[in-house]
Amino acid sequence: MKTLVLAEHNGTNLSAATFSVVNAAKQLGREVDLLLTNNSCTSVLEEAKSVEGISKVLNFSHEKFSSELAEDVAACVVSVSSEYDFFLASSSTSGKNNLPRVAALLDIQQISEVTDIIDDKTFKKPIYAGSCIATVQSSQEKNALTIRTTSFDRVSVSASTASVEDKEVPETDSRKSDFVKNELTVSDRPELTSADIVISGGRGMQNGENFALLEAVAEKLNAAVGASRAAVDSGFVPNDYQVGQTGKSVAPDLYIAVGISGAIQHLAGMKDSKTIVAINKDEEAPIFKVADYGLVADLFEALPELESKL
Amino acid sequence: MKILIPIKRVNDYNVKVRPNQANNDVDLTNVKMAMNPFCEIAVEEAIRLKEAGKADEIVVVTIGDDKHQEQLRTALALGADRAILVKTDNPVQPLVVAKVLSKIYEAENPNLVIMGKVGIDGDHNQTGQMFAALTGIPQATFASEINIEGNRVEVTREIDGGLETLSAEMPAVVTTDLRLNEPRYASLPNIMKAKRKPLEEMDLESLGVSVEAKVNTIKVQSPPERQEGVKVETVDQLVDKLKNEAKVI
Repeated sequence: MKTLVLAEHNGTNLSAATFSVVNAAKQLGREVDLLLTNNSCTSVLEEAKSVEGISKVLNFSHEKFSSELAEDVAACVVSVSSEYDFFLASSSTSGKNNLPRVAALLDIQQISEVTDIIDDKTFKKPIYAGSCIATVQSSQEKNALTIRTTSFDRVSVSASTASVEDKEVPETDSRKSDFVKNELTVSDRPELTSADIVISGGRGMQNGENFALLEAVAEKLNAAVGASRAAVDSGFVPNDYQVGQTGKSVAPDLYIAVGISGAIQHLAGMKDSKTIVAINKDEEAPIFKVADYGLVADLFEALPELESKL
Repeated sequence: MKILIPIKRVNDYNVKVRPNQANNDVDLTNVKMAMNPFCEIAVEEAIRLKEAGKADEIVVVTIGDDKHQEQLRTALALGADRAILVKTDNPVQPLVVAKVLSKIYEAENPNLVIMGKVGIDGDHNQTGQMFAALTGIPQATFASEINIEGNRVEVTREIDGGLETLSAEMPAVVTTDLRLNEPRYASLPNIMKAKRKPLEEMDLESLGVSVEAKVNTIKVQSPPERQEGVKVETVDQLVDKLKNEAKVI
């Protein structure tokens, strides 16, 4: 039996998350294959072939994969499932959308947000917004795992290339749903979940315009910009900025929390960062409890000064 | 149109849950319990659809022991019409929940199922997708907007890159994200009225679904605590620490 990793991409590049999931997959001690659903994306296929540690790429190319419906992706996975006893995806919104569907079709109880692989039956995962870490053991013959990518380093790009197997895309009843449109956030900044430095703003930013102060610092540091739920709910920034239990998990080398009080739901998404800086005018804010460096200051003064000194 | 809302009883989201003494489960003794916040959003959305004249009946369902009546009564007080409690004393995992919900779905034949995207306890984020797979109806997860047009539901989804909109034929299942709506509070008269609304009970065993756990929790620990760091006085000091001590910039 082998391990199958569901690759993720944006039509041009393989997602950084996929490289982390392959690393997790290697720890299961089986051959690792990559499943790629795409619409003739040759650049992605080329990149997929060179992911270190994989044996082959199962290429499901079809025009319907210009968008991604879970129904279509799951059908592809199920069509090749007999050769695999592990199905892995990242805990991105794509992995979360697709893999439970695969699991149910194969009668598997999925294990979500795996942060540690102890052996091929035993895994660790955070529960209750990261307040506790559960060690779980599966008695199933086949398993499905979503991988918290911040817990696994990315594999590199290999000089040798894996073979490609072109696969027949199964017919699905997916016409019950249709893709309508995407409204993707356009940004010159690095992607939040793979950036080395992240600077996030919270309710203390007061409005969306003030995020320009964060952007200016981010520009100097080549950082990604994130936000707390409070800032997203208040409409300061789009939903895809949200770091936390129900948003994105990040673990950069440096995380700068600005005007964020530090609710457990936010901490759940960033407390594995290597170095944490908190800038907040409330010295009692819980964020200081997890910060390596705390600066009690008015962010409207501190941010421009920080930018000028970088 | 009939809407089915599966809900979950979980810890109050303000409570920091800790491992028990034996380190084999969480300690929920004396922890305040509530309806999962994402389920509250699901209930709210159904009520708004009913108020807008797009839905006629809202049925809520949950799985668990007698205490789960509390959350069903809350949903009834908020505006659901009828409740179902599938009784079991065993903890149930997402795949089992999805199987039970499939049975309820067959019996109730709703046009739309709205449920929370994730429970804030187990952080699984699986049940809606599994339920969709088992019933064969379209799935639209992580919804921040729902519009019903004829026999289709258009759903705006919160995805990692931004937003995606899907249109699905009903019956369909939609899972809720945070920005779908802001749930209301139940009024006192409605809480009183909810006591007289129908709450049907059935045993999980009667549905022919096995509750056997295929994934068992063997240990529950606190995460490694971060050491509280130092306070710096000035931006200069901060930049110096980041450059020369942490060496991250």
